[in-house]
Amino acid sequence: MIELWRRTQNPWGQDILIGVSWDLMWTAVVLAALFLVGHAVWYRMRGFSAHAAEAAAPVPAGVPARVQRHSLAARIFHWSMSAAMLTLLITAFVPVMGLEIPAWVTIHWIAGVVLIATVIYHIIHAIGWQDFWSMMSFGPNFFREGAAQMKHLVSSKAPEPKGGKYPFDHRMYHHAVIVASLAAIVTGVIMMMRIDTPFFTRDPYLVSDETAGIVFAIHGVAGVLFILLIASHIYFALRPDKRWLLWSMVRGWVSRDVYATHFDPKKWPVTEEEASRKSASGALADAAVSAPKEDA
Amino acid sequence: MATMKDMIAPFDLVQPTTIEDAVDILRDAGDEAWVLAGGLDTMDWLKDRIKRPRVVVDIGAIEELRGIREAEAGGLEIGAMTTLTEVANHARVRSEFSVLATAAEHVATPQIRNQGTLGGNVSQDTRCWYYRSGWPCYRAGGNVCYASAPLAMNREHCIMGRSRCVAVNPSDTAPALIALDARMVVQSPRRRMYEAEDFFIGPSVDIERMTVLEPGDLLTQIYVPDFWANSSFYFEKVRDRGSWDFQLVSVAAAFRMSGNTIEDARIAVNGVAPYPVRLDAVERLVRGETPTETVQNAAGDLAVQGARALRHNDYKIPMMRNLVRRAVRSVAA
Repeated sequence: MIELWRRTQNPWGQDILIGVSWDLMWTAVVLAALFLVGHAVWYRMRGFSAHAAEAAAPVPAGVPARVQRHSLAARIFHWSMSAAMLTLLITAFVPVMGLEIPAWVTIHWIAGVVLIATVIYHIIHAIGWQDFWSMMSFGPNFFREGAAQMKHLVSSKAPEPKGGKYPFDHRMYHHAVIVASLAAIVTGVIMMMRIDTPFFTRDPYLVSDETAGIVFAIHGVAGVLFILLIASHIYFALRPDKRWLLWSMVRGWVSRDVYATHFDPKKWPVTEEEASRKSASGALADAAVSAPKEDA
Repeated sequence: MATMKDMIAPFDLVQPTTIEDAVDILRDAGDEAWVLAGGLDTMDWLKDRIKRPRVVVDIGAIEELRGIREAEAGGLEIGAMTTLTEVANHARVRSEFSVLATAAEHVATPQIRNQGTLGGNVSQDTRCWYYRSGWPCYRAGGNVCYASAPLAMNREHCIMGRSRCVAVNPSDTAPALIALDARMVVQSPRRRMYEAEDFFIGPSVDIERMTVLEPGDLLTQIYVPDFWANSSFYFEKVRDRGSWDFQLVSVAAAFRMSGNTIEDARIAVNGVAPYPVRLDAVERLVRGETPTETVQNAAGDLAVQGARALRHNDYKIPMMRNLVRRAVRSVAA
């Protein structure tokens, strides 16, 4: 039987929560592996690649050969956050798996601080230079696209819906990462107050035993969620049919053909004129060029 | 009929007579096993009802683990079950590796040294009373260090090497073995050998262990090479009482001299960190130097660099500084 929580008795004999059970971590590892293998097999059997070929559409006029998808600023954020996240996951779970990482706590909190810095940078960048609300809003088109996506998943006859710059599945993933990140960050900062860092005077009694247990448990659940989220993220980034996404995050652009195949020009209009304006003014024009329009 | 409930939790007592049998039993029982050597640390844990192993493996009947032998490669092989009295009284230990004999003599009382073993002394758990009282601290699998709280009683705790946990290693013989560059032989299904300083681990590596020993492991032997035989040794242990007490701070040092010059040195301190600390920077400092007062002071100052006191143990910083000074002074002409 899988245990969800670790509990103990505090010095006053009260039964208190102290964190998530490590069984949960192993469950997440197994689930992630099952999902990846299951998805790969299912995808192959369903023949989705045929849909992708069907989805190729004529290229709208005025679309440049290279369509800018991620500005340099956005890519720097993405890869810094990835490094921080991977470091956090490795230092959190690898010692539990039995492999010793000297000073893992120090590495962990430093990576956590880097993560917080990247998230702050991302929020400022997204609000100031990107179309923040088109990623964050939940308009009718969002749900329409979601419904079409679900139809596509359950029926081999339903074509894959084309999205804006940020398709439905990407946005859902982004929202899941927001929830898990915020949970990990808020609880992580409280946990940092219990250890030696330059930021706080160590105080293990800042919150009660019971509250600390809840904080540790939320942090653990967020960590376990990240095992699933990051495993699936890396899997999709490496899949041959999705590798253009990985390359767009490396190079910043997608080709005209990829744009025509995977995006709806109405939801993500791109023209030569806008592209040249972007290249003239750099990242400041990011929103002007590539802002998703569907829920605007 | 009245039922007595407050007893040591029941366990299966197993008394193997060979190392192989002991290792098999330990492997099968995994983390439910407890190795019983001299029993001095063990009995505290069991009688306090804090550790509740399912299987207690008494290794007292394994003759291979007892005694001190000449090693083929030179030096001494000391069985992990050799008592501290035997170590302290052994002729060659006393004459060639006297720092170990002195350290063993400083452990607790004659009665305890008659029963306590060298393997047990280096493998014993920390004496942090929050932890020993069964409080759910980090070391006990919880998520708090009670000893580092603002109002905690932490006079005996660490001034360096802390990582969440601030407990110290209590072993008297550990710094002496590090000074002698001893090797610890650990048997599980496979045999491993660790340098003494690597045998002890801090909370940044694993907060629930003080040594590399994991469930299924058995410390079988301590090998003392003869490289440091007949060197100039120094051991000093500062404690609250004249006898039968754990160290506040202790130092063990070995010096190879060439005239008035320190040709080589190994210095270790215990009671200041969750593991015995080898002072390799100090060793580099004194190597090739004449131990003048300036060098002694510099060694002491360097030893405590980075030390950070808790609320009640700032006295340990000058104490450590002075012990290291005195160790270096011991080889001054």
